[in-house]
Amino acid sequence: MAGIPHDHYEPRSNGEKWLHRRLPIAGLLYDTLMIPTPRNLNWMWIWGIVLTFCLAMQIITGIVLVMHYTPHADMAFASVEHIMRNVNGGHMIRYIHQNGASLFFVAVYLHIFRGLYYGSYKSPREITWIIGMLIYLAMMATAFMGYVLPWGQMSFWGATVITGLFGAIPGIGAPIQEWLLGGPAVDNATLNRFFSLHYLLPFVIAGLVAVHIWAFHTTGNNNPTGVEVRRGSKQEAQKDTVPFWPYYVVKDLFALAIILAVFFAIVGFMPNYLGHPDNYIEANPLVTPAHIVPEWYFLPFYAILRAFTGDVWAVQLVEFVTFGIVDAKFFGVLAMFGAIAVMALAPWLDTSSVRSGRYRPMFKWWFWLLAIDFMVLMWVGAMPAEGIYTWISLIASTYWFVFFLIILPLLGVIEKPAPQPATIEDDFNAHYGKAPSATPAE
Amino acid sequence: MFRKILLGAAAAVALSAGASFAAGKSGHVEDFDFAFEGPFGTYDQMQLQRGLQVFTEVCSACHGLKYVPLRTLADEGGPGLPADQVRAYAAQFEIFDAEIDDFRPRAPTDHFPESGLENAPDLSLMAKARAGFSGPYGLGINQLLKGIGGPEYIASVLSGYTGEEKEEAGSVFYENTAFAGGWIAMAQPLYEDSVTYADGTPATIEQMSQDVAAFLMWAAEPRMNARKEAGFTAVLFLGVLAVLLYLTNKRLWAGIKGRRAA
Repeated sequence: MAGIPHDHYEPRSNGEKWLHRRLPIAGLLYDTLMIPTPRNLNWMWIWGIVLTFCLAMQIITGIVLVMHYTPHADMAFASVEHIMRNVNGGHMIRYIHQNGASLFFVAVYLHIFRGLYYGSYKSPREITWIIGMLIYLAMMATAFMGYVLPWGQMSFWGATVITGLFGAIPGIGAPIQEWLLGGPAVDNATLNRFFSLHYLLPFVIAGLVAVHIWAFHTTGNNNPTGVEVRRGSKQEAQKDTVPFWPYYVVKDLFALAIILAVFFAIVGFMPNYLGHPDNYIEANPLVTPAHIVPEWYFLPFYAILRAFTGDVWAVQLVEFVTFGIVDAKFFGVLAMFGAIAVMALAPWLDTSSVRSGRYRPMFKWWFWLLAIDFMVLMWVGAMPAEGIYTWISLIASTYWFVFFLIILPLLGVIEKPAPQPATIEDDFNAHYGKAPSATPAE
Repeated sequence: MFRKILLGAAAAVALSAGASFAAGKSGHVEDFDFAFEGPFGTYDQMQLQRGLQVFTEVCSACHGLKYVPLRTLADEGGPGLPADQVRAYAAQFEIFDAEIDDFRPRAPTDHFPESGLENAPDLSLMAKARAGFSGPYGLGINQLLKGIGGPEYIASVLSGYTGEEKEEAGSVFYENTAFAGGWIAMAQPLYEDSVTYADGTPATIEQMSQDVAAFLMWAAEPRMNARKEAGFTAVLFLGVLAVLLYLTNKRLWAGIKGRRAA
């Protein structure tokens, strides 16, 4: 499958030969599992497996929850309590599903920032990156609609605020919002369609994940040096790589066990830590909560949404130039989606010929500033939009765009990269010394 | 100011912004020590039974527990009433049965009644719907050891009356040190010896407040003991698995890695 030369599957027994002539599924599994993987991958390369595990865990727990949940505005809240009280193990399944969403997003953010630092988005891995961004968007949609299903106060008002974003689109906004909601306001029709889509989208994500894996199995994995695996011959490639099974499978499972230990400590001992107390109050269209705060994983983009208010000169300028079509509210919506769009365009905005941030002395600093910026946005997104917080969110949001639109293209021109190792083997041996035998132990 | 920004950045770093929300003019929540706090905490059965008594004799006049099935009063890890007592307890509340087109006494399979008073909220989930704590620095990590402070909030409100009242737009409000804004619509429900405990515990306002708060925590989270047990099993199992996988991984890679370069 990959462009890296390696041994392919050979059917041995008669049974294997019989199957292989009709359906080469064993060969597909073999090539997928035995793919040559750079031997110098560090601990930031574990998140892919964690994410795959999260998707499976969310789908399995979700399917069980659906067996006991009722998607009706009058019964949804009570049916969740039924799960928590009467269903065997229901409280654990529900808390795992609820906190599983958070684990999913922790992993995806670390996965994305790893990709940004080591230049995993660069040629020839642009498709992998774009598919990844689509997965991330589908994850956000799924998580948002899932949060509406318990039909608590935050579910209801979160849905009201977020669907209201679409209402900000000039002209066609109001009909789109009504179409999304299935009526003039969040109600039973909204709950029903969100339930349907919340069940559908994870399978769309699963399909995208398959394509994501297919894409990077075609190009080969990136690695911390950003130097490509040598492909001249099988012997040469073997010096740079190890087969995924068993080397990385065992390593990833070890990391997964530790991460899950922390995860189950949270589920077991503080399952409502990442939730909001208001969501234990049944949805009430007549009572608005004092603070409508989205889940933590939406906060950075929520902060960007709120940052561009009508008293920012850039917003006023845009409103003037577009004859008022792009008002402050629509500007905020564009900024929020734009923040993800500029990240998706990173492969074409980055002009540097060096892939890994490890050998880019200036990029390093700007990258870590972006990581801090992301944390600041997350924090300020949870704060009320007033006083000093509006300034912090405006500065932090601006930096997000400055990084992708100005710094990333400019660095490729002005930065003088540090020397890179000639091969992955050199990098690996510099860390661990030369192995007693040059080929991987079988 | 700069210090505040730094603290905030530190808060965000811990990925806990979800737990930190701006509190308005919130009241003072006393940090009581409950038996069910922390990873090792479990419900105190005697306290839950006393709390049930306070709820039945005082709170249930206005408030309901509509999500709580009466049979769970017999559950292990809960008040643990014997089956005949649960039947007798359930029978004191009536329910309209559409099948016989008449009222009948409740059976253990029925739920607690709903709130009798329109503006008295249902208390089934109140202990999880209020957060008394969000520390340190709004991170909320404290709740690993203390919980989110819902029962503390309930107990603080119940024992936080100053005795002052005021009338506003035809409604009477009572001053309360724990309630946000300082004035609450609920009249002081508990006074010294409002109930007479069967086990002889002195029925002070503090005692009754904490007992009923503990009972409401159980009502909101009846499977807490089982959940913590599952948590321990999972963490222990995964810990052992992690050690085994660590050793496997080390041995596996030993053939690939040479000696670490000096």
